[in-house]
Amino acid sequence: MSTQSVSVQSSNTNTIMNNISVLMTCPMSEYLEQELETRFNVIKLWNHSSSKSDFFKNNSNFIKAVVGNTELGADAEMIDSLPNLEIVSSYSVGLDKIDLDKCKEKGIKVTNTPDVLTDDVADLAIGLALAVSRKIPVSDQFVRNGNWIRGDFGLATKFSGKSVGIVGLGRIGSAIAKRAEAFNCPISYHSRSKKPNTNYKYYSNIVDLAANCQILIVACALTEETRHIVNRKVIDALGPKGILINIGRGAHVDEPELVSALLEGRLGGAGLDVYENEPELPEELFALENVVLVPHVGSDTEETSKAMADLVISNLEAYFKGELLLTPVM
Amino acid sequence: MATDEDGALPIVLVHRPANFHFPFKDRLETQFRLLDPFDSDPPESTHSFFSRHAASVRVLLCVDPEPISGDLISLLPNLHLIVCSSAGVDHVDLQECRRRSIAVTSAGKAFSPDVADLAVGLLIDVLRRVSAGDRYVRARLWARNGEYQLGSKLGGKRVGIVGLGSIGTEIAKRLESFGCAISYNSRKKKPYVHFPWHKNVYDLAINSDILVVCCALTEETHHMINKDVMTALGKEGVIINVGRGDLIDEKELVQLLVIGELGGAGLDVFENEPDVPEELFGLNNVVLSPHCAVATPECFDALEELITANLKAYFSSNPLQSLVEFE
Repeated sequence: MSTQSVSVQSSNTNTIMNNISVLMTCPMSEYLEQELETRFNVIKLWNHSSSKSDFFKNNSNFIKAVVGNTELGADAEMIDSLPNLEIVSSYSVGLDKIDLDKCKEKGIKVTNTPDVLTDDVADLAIGLALAVSRKIPVSDQFVRNGNWIRGDFGLATKFSGKSVGIVGLGRIGSAIAKRAEAFNCPISYHSRSKKPNTNYKYYSNIVDLAANCQILIVACALTEETRHIVNRKVIDALGPKGILINIGRGAHVDEPELVSALLEGRLGGAGLDVYENEPELPEELFALENVVLVPHVGSDTEETSKAMADLVISNLEAYFKGELLLTPVM
Repeated sequence: MATDEDGALPIVLVHRPANFHFPFKDRLETQFRLLDPFDSDPPESTHSFFSRHAASVRVLLCVDPEPISGDLISLLPNLHLIVCSSAGVDHVDLQECRRRSIAVTSAGKAFSPDVADLAVGLLIDVLRRVSAGDRYVRARLWARNGEYQLGSKLGGKRVGIVGLGSIGTEIAKRLESFGCAISYNSRKKKPYVHFPWHKNVYDLAINSDILVVCCALTEETHHMINKDVMTALGKEGVIINVGRGDLIDEKELVQLLVIGELGGAGLDVFENEPDVPEELFGLNNVVLSPHCAVATPECFDALEELITANLKAYFSSNPLQSLVEFE
């Protein structure tokens, strides 16, 4: 094909793409919004919140793509109201907010953002474990309140060498294990099945894993089976010196049980990035010094946010140009 | 246990801060006779106490940060060994020790993992805004204002380690697993180390995104991290200090952070502890730690083991561990 016709082809493609309507479910990245707007006709669901049913009546036929995230994805109701939906491109690696069965049934393609965020999430898991063990935020506040003048801070606990139990040894779980090993932490894990090619100790039962580690890190996908996988039994097995780190989903942990265990001293501490009802969380946690609370920032770095957005764009472009999807889920 | 001629326990002179709580004193007292000026009744000055017991003292246990000066050492003509309780020995008059051939032992490698853990913890906190995010959540701002400010990725960042001793080596090992590119500065290039070496701290800073300061404090390294070095690190640069406050020109550091010419800092040590420059209290890109790099029960256990072992070794003429090498 000559160069000239290729460029004509591309500009034709661009024109075609500019007419494609893409629904963004909620604000997730200004950079992503801008990049989508140069390529597609972007409809922002949050600008129509007062008249949602009217909105869907007037626009639903045009929408061919949905860009969602961990806050708002594409559930059955939304999919049913978009008869010409062809692809859901999620600004996340987690798929728990997408009705995958319905997508499969209707032949709707789904893509997500694996790998680009693995490092950031694993870094935060270890960062939270260090923050809880060594009481970093508490001691920072101690200094800012002017308390160091009045006396020493006191003791924290050592992190290096503590046994680390990982729930879910996928990309993120493996990255966490690699980092914890550099701190001489013995590693064990629980997952649906034993993984070949690892030397880490496997527990088929999560309660056994919790009983045999000092720091339990939740890093698995959220599915029906893993909902509340960290329940009272697991928390009690982890124990009064144990630390729970959750960088998965809030729904992985029975939150009221977690709160009462912390209040009663049955659990030593917790580092949490996710909660059952974000951005709300149990206020009883605010009074505790043995918890570290961050606002779902697992992949929230400048570098990774951009990489995730680029991947969403690349997947959509590939789809509408008839090319292979980069990171298809199905 | 080796005792002296009349069967009494061997004597150890103790030099400690006045209000210091000595966690393993009881256990040491089962094996050694501890002479402590603060135990004397009626109360006696350190000078007077040292002079009175001078003839029988061969070993001094120096509890940091209480400094041991040349003057005090000169009161003890039979002193052979000073056992220190910290990794840093900048509070000991090493020149006088060398002149008198007095051996000095430190906490050596016992603390290194804990110090390294804190250095990494502070770094992740600064880059990923852990403490700041925690404050944001507790102030109920997440529900009100929405998503918190983006942080900065650790992987791929160039980390310059200032001082590749035991602590620096432990830090390097940990940060490599996060995908950081490590280089270092030390007085001499280390053989068998595969990280790139820079002959001075300025060159290290030019080639790094992050500086981790963990070297010994000496006359040469005082204020080694000065304005030029920090400017070379750049506006996005992050400094972590788990060495000594005096390694950094603190006034310049504060100034650069306040005007936004430095990206952030994680500090466990300060020039005038426990006084910390108040300008830092309002900054969210700074994490402050009250000199607790070794404040874990495990560290104190390791220290007790090392100190006890060295005292026993001395009195039974066995080799000492963690001997400080004189320049």
